[in-house]
Amino acid sequence: MTKRRAALMVAAVLVLVLAAWAVNRVLTRLTGVGPEADPIIAERSAPPTAIRHISATLFSGSKDGETLVPHQQEVVLAEGIVPQGREILLAQLERPTPPLVAVIPEGTTLRAFYVTDRGDAFVDLSTEVSSRHPGGSSAELLTVYAVVNAVTANLPTIRRVQILIDGREADTLAGHIDLRSPLEGDGSVVSKP
Amino acid sequence: MRGAASLFPAILVLLLTALSQAQGTQSTTAPFSLISREGRRIIPTTVANGRELVALDDVASIFQISSREDTLAGGLTVTYRGRTIVVSTNQPLASVNGRAVSLSTPATRIGTRWSVPIDFFSGALSLVYDGRIELRRASRLLIVGDLRVPRVMARIDSAGPPTRATIEITPATRNSVVMEPGRLVIRLEADALEATIPRDGAGLIEQFRIGEQPTTVTIALADRAGPARAVPVEIDGITRFQIDVAPQLPTAETAAPTPAPVEALPPPVEVRSVLGTIVIDPGHGGEDIGVRSGNGSEEKALTLAVAQRVKALIESRLGIRVILTRDEDRGVGLDQRAATANNSKAGLFLSLHLNASPVATSAGAVVVHSRIDRGGGDRGIPEDDAVVLPVFGGTTRAVDLIRWDLAQARHADTSAAFAEILEEHLRTRVKMGARPRRELPLRVLTSVNMPAVLVEMAYLSNSDQARLAQSEAYQVNVAQSILDAVLQFRTYLEAREGR
Repeated sequence: MTKRRAALMVAAVLVLVLAAWAVNRVLTRLTGVGPEADPIIAERSAPPTAIRHISATLFSGSKDGETLVPHQQEVVLAEGIVPQGREILLAQLERPTPPLVAVIPEGTTLRAFYVTDRGDAFVDLSTEVSSRHPGGSSAELLTVYAVVNAVTANLPTIRRVQILIDGREADTLAGHIDLRSPLEGDGSVVSKP
Repeated sequence: MRGAASLFPAILVLLLTALSQAQGTQSTTAPFSLISREGRRIIPTTVANGRELVALDDVASIFQISSREDTLAGGLTVTYRGRTIVVSTNQPLASVNGRAVSLSTPATRIGTRWSVPIDFFSGALSLVYDGRIELRRASRLLIVGDLRVPRVMARIDSAGPPTRATIEITPATRNSVVMEPGRLVIRLEADALEATIPRDGAGLIEQFRIGEQPTTVTIALADRAGPARAVPVEIDGITRFQIDVAPQLPTAETAAPTPAPVEALPPPVEVRSVLGTIVIDPGHGGEDIGVRSGNGSEEKALTLAVAQRVKALIESRLGIRVILTRDEDRGVGLDQRAATANNSKAGLFLSLHLNASPVATSAGAVVVHSRIDRGGGDRGIPEDDAVVLPVFGGTTRAVDLIRWDLAQARHADTSAAFAEILEEHLRTRVKMGARPRRELPLRVLTSVNMPAVLVEMAYLSNSDQARLAQSEAYQVNVAQSILDAVLQFRTYLEAREGR
């Protein structure tokens, strides 16, 4: 009898602990109060089962290094153009799976993404996009248009994209492609997958 | 007996003919001029077996040399102030202080005299000689001592009237201009002049004359010539005179108000010859090394090496002035490169680069011209705009204004034409890339106010291509292709302008 009562008490305590944990999770989600973290990273680290995805078109180098190849990738669905643009660019900056070739220097991170009323987007990348770039107009072309096309191909309301480096307007990434003005997406550098 | 006597002159003639033929295929040519502190002298030369030779006896006193045949040494010994040179008589070689020097031909005995090739003086004797010896074969000059002998090149740009001509002095030389009745005289601070001038004048210029006094250039004017002026400008180590000659002004009896003389002259910068100057832009430089290959070669050094080859080739073969945006390893901003080109009023801008790819097998040259958004917007073709500015003489002149970042737009078609020509010529000598000609928004070209093209000569990211790009043979092939393309482009421009 004593043993049975003890087992029931343990079970009741466990149920209470689980209930308290569940209530805490729900309240945290509802109020938005939680640990301080980069919002982009926080969103991406959430359990995948709880988040919906879209299929985005991303761009990587072709096997021969001459063109960009479009490929589809699951990207977190976000509310609004700016959060969605961030998600797409974060996926674009990741290393592609071979035989696709990376065209964005390793270590490049997204500092900011915003859109003006005119429909021009600004992609602010870390300095690695320039300092680690191998140079050459062909490689530079692929880097620039992988970023520009990733935005214009997935966000139809955005017509042009300007790349910033470390928060500032830049002449070029590596001395060739003019970055002083927003660029339109360019299909001529894209080949069929 | 009488019969034998009458045969004697005929035998003598035959013997002399045979003797002259036995001495080989020698003939005399135009002499060389030797310029030294003592003045200008003529050195006779003889051509034997296609090589130009100078008899040592003819120059022994000038150079203070003595010579003797040295069978022990296997050649001819030439001595200057106790320093000895042995010139081989059976190989095109000389030994100077134990160092072998290659000559164009061996020392040769002609009759009783020993002769040496003309390059003996600049190649071998100069190594032991107390002064500088410089051979300028094209102008047949041998310069002895530290003398200033600038090259003078004159050409008629426009017969007019008004007539426009250009005189270039290389290297830049201090000068003064004097207007005398019927002629303009340019005096140069030099010891002598090396001249390349047209035989005849044109329009209001009757003739160019060099050396009426040793270091003057005289521009003889036609009778109907009016006011004339010569304006010197010094750019990149060259003194360039723009000569403008206006027609004679109407006399007071035949004409109403006479304009001021300055008004009769054309503005100094608006007329120019087709492709008188081109700008070669060696990409990157200084801290900006560009692409670095796996074996450590750097784009900035290779672009400079090729640019210098191109400059030498074009200037010597085509007589077109070539300006480099940098002639050493230093950083130059992209706008500064465009400014150099625009300020020089060049007719063509060519930027030299080496490529990189994320894939190591990418190979071949790529020609790129600027992409212009013809749909308008921020990057559309600029509208011409003009302002009126006051000029010397109290009058005004309309000046076109072009937006700095859109200057290339008006030259898009001509740039594309040159890109096509350059691709054709490169294709005959080097491997071309998978996409050999492209139209891209290139930063360095956007502000260039003239036809402009960028060429990626090879992929430094490809180890085979990197080795190739470092080789002299490849660089010569690229330079030669550019020379051929420039030549064809000049013809294209002349045809377009109906010249």
